[in-house]
Amino acid sequence: MTTVKENTFLYGWEHPDKMREYRKNNKSMAKKDKRTTLKEAVARGVKEGDYIVFGGMGSVRNPIAAVHEIIRQGIGNLTIGTKGSQHDWQLLAAAGNVTNAEVSYGFADEVRGLSLPARRAVESGRLKVLSETTNAAFQWRFTAAAKGLPFYPTRSSLGTDTLTYSGSKTIIDPFTKEPIELLPACYPDVAIIHVHRADKYGNCQIDGNIAEDIEIAHAAKFVIITAEQIVPDEVIESDPAQTKIPYFTVDAVVEVPYGSHPNQVPRLYSFDEDHWQEWLDASITEETTEEYLDKYIYSSNDFYDYLEKIGGVRVLRQLENIEKKLAPYPTVARRRG
Amino acid sequence: MATETEKMIIAASRLLPEDGAVYVGTGMPLLASVLALKTHAPDLLLVYEGGGVGGKPTGRLPIQVSESLTYENGVTVGSMDYVMSLAQAGWIQYGFLGGAQIDAYGNLNTTVIGDWEHPKVRLPGSGGGADIASLCEKNIIIMRQDRRKFVEQLDFLTSPGYFTGPGEREKRGLPANTGPYRVITQIGIYGFHPETKRMTLLELFQGQTLDAVQENSSFAIDIADDWKYAEEPTEEELETLHALDRDGIVLG
Repeated sequence: MTTVKENTFLYGWEHPDKMREYRKNNKSMAKKDKRTTLKEAVARGVKEGDYIVFGGMGSVRNPIAAVHEIIRQGIGNLTIGTKGSQHDWQLLAAAGNVTNAEVSYGFADEVRGLSLPARRAVESGRLKVLSETTNAAFQWRFTAAAKGLPFYPTRSSLGTDTLTYSGSKTIIDPFTKEPIELLPACYPDVAIIHVHRADKYGNCQIDGNIAEDIEIAHAAKFVIITAEQIVPDEVIESDPAQTKIPYFTVDAVVEVPYGSHPNQVPRLYSFDEDHWQEWLDASITEETTEEYLDKYIYSSNDFYDYLEKIGGVRVLRQLENIEKKLAPYPTVARRRG
Repeated sequence: MATETEKMIIAASRLLPEDGAVYVGTGMPLLASVLALKTHAPDLLLVYEGGGVGGKPTGRLPIQVSESLTYENGVTVGSMDYVMSLAQAGWIQYGFLGGAQIDAYGNLNTTVIGDWEHPKVRLPGSGGGADIASLCEKNIIIMRQDRRKFVEQLDFLTSPGYFTGPGEREKRGLPANTGPYRVITQIGIYGFHPETKRMTLLELFQGQTLDAVQENSSFAIDIADDWKYAEEPTEEELETLHALDRDGIVLG
């Protein structure tokens, strides 16, 4: 317990002073109009080899439109933090854009079953798992970064292989004189977070659960916000308590209605179970996975094009009605075969 | 005749207290928890990793731990930080876990089959599993039992059970008086012997045999002196259960 291990599994960490300097030089309190196109935001913010994380959790409120754009632009060799992540990163793994992953949860879709493209990527060696961690540990790594601390202490997972294969270190807590785990701060190069509404400066409102999005926004070096709706300044100013992410952390803002499809945005629209079933069926073989990517992503000019392909307004309105319980919930999509 | 899955879920449901908090995942744990809510435990507080606290979903069951149904009719909704801190601070007595492999001390593997560097099968990873296994007071493990799953030696220790015996959790710094509480399989319900912390059969499901307990495990399982047959599911439990999963997402 007294020997502190080497940094074999440490990724995404920086000295807090370096990040203070980074913020001083790269973030601004000026209220600038940061609206842009998704194409431009992704081209500017996501670089070959970056460490990237997405907002939301599981397959809820994820920036799927931005994921499509990354795939279309062919930005490769990405390292992903899979913090309870599902469809967003699994699409990138299927398309071959990610080559490295720090994993808390990453190779399944909960009750829908295991994610075959992500598993194929790692089992064939195309994707390397850099380290293991836990959902709480990933959250608290971003918490440390957001708080300007080198680490965050926890009593979780002590003594497990999960921590042996992570960047954390066990020390003796000087107060209890018992072992405690120090989770290293994590500063992603880029974070993309999908929110319910934002103003043009990047102030964001999120309804429902916020997962670890506040901390991620404060931790990442470059922050792209995709919003269901860009709202007038007064909407934010009239109720500052609802602002979960403040503008000064944000670098680019893009309005992307239905930007999480086929995933859920709480209180706005439901999962698209029909489309989910199509993806799950397609993901069974390499060939059909490639056909799916061609049909819906590579051959689409943008996300609006994709939204037409999945059924357009008729389907999207139905998903809104399902979320509001005005229409019955369809059969839940599951992996077949 | 109730199916094996039905028996497992109903047994899990009966373990939950009238008023307490439980960390739930989607699938069998959620069905067991909502069944408890609808039968004997109306004040059971369901907590989800996505941030939902106290939701009482209607219409269908949540299929994701972060979706809006997890806090429908609920108490509050926050962040991963909030709900994981609740567990670390001792507010959440019960947790649910599953796994691809378990050993005699309730340690679990949900990470890889084979070598970590070159896995034969890549599994989901810890997710919140290691956190729940570390921080909740009493963990209920639900999984099917066979010799490949009940192993002498895990390929990877993702989530902590009792490691190698009594006092080992505390020695490593985990919160005191926590650990696996029950293991529910298609064969029976197991606890952990207070002196050895090894898995011990407490109850056998009707139609199963003591031989099946050992035949389906690669490690030796003790049989409690006062072992008994589990009480059969009631009509009310079965009806309520099926009303919760009309599409058979979990029940098949």
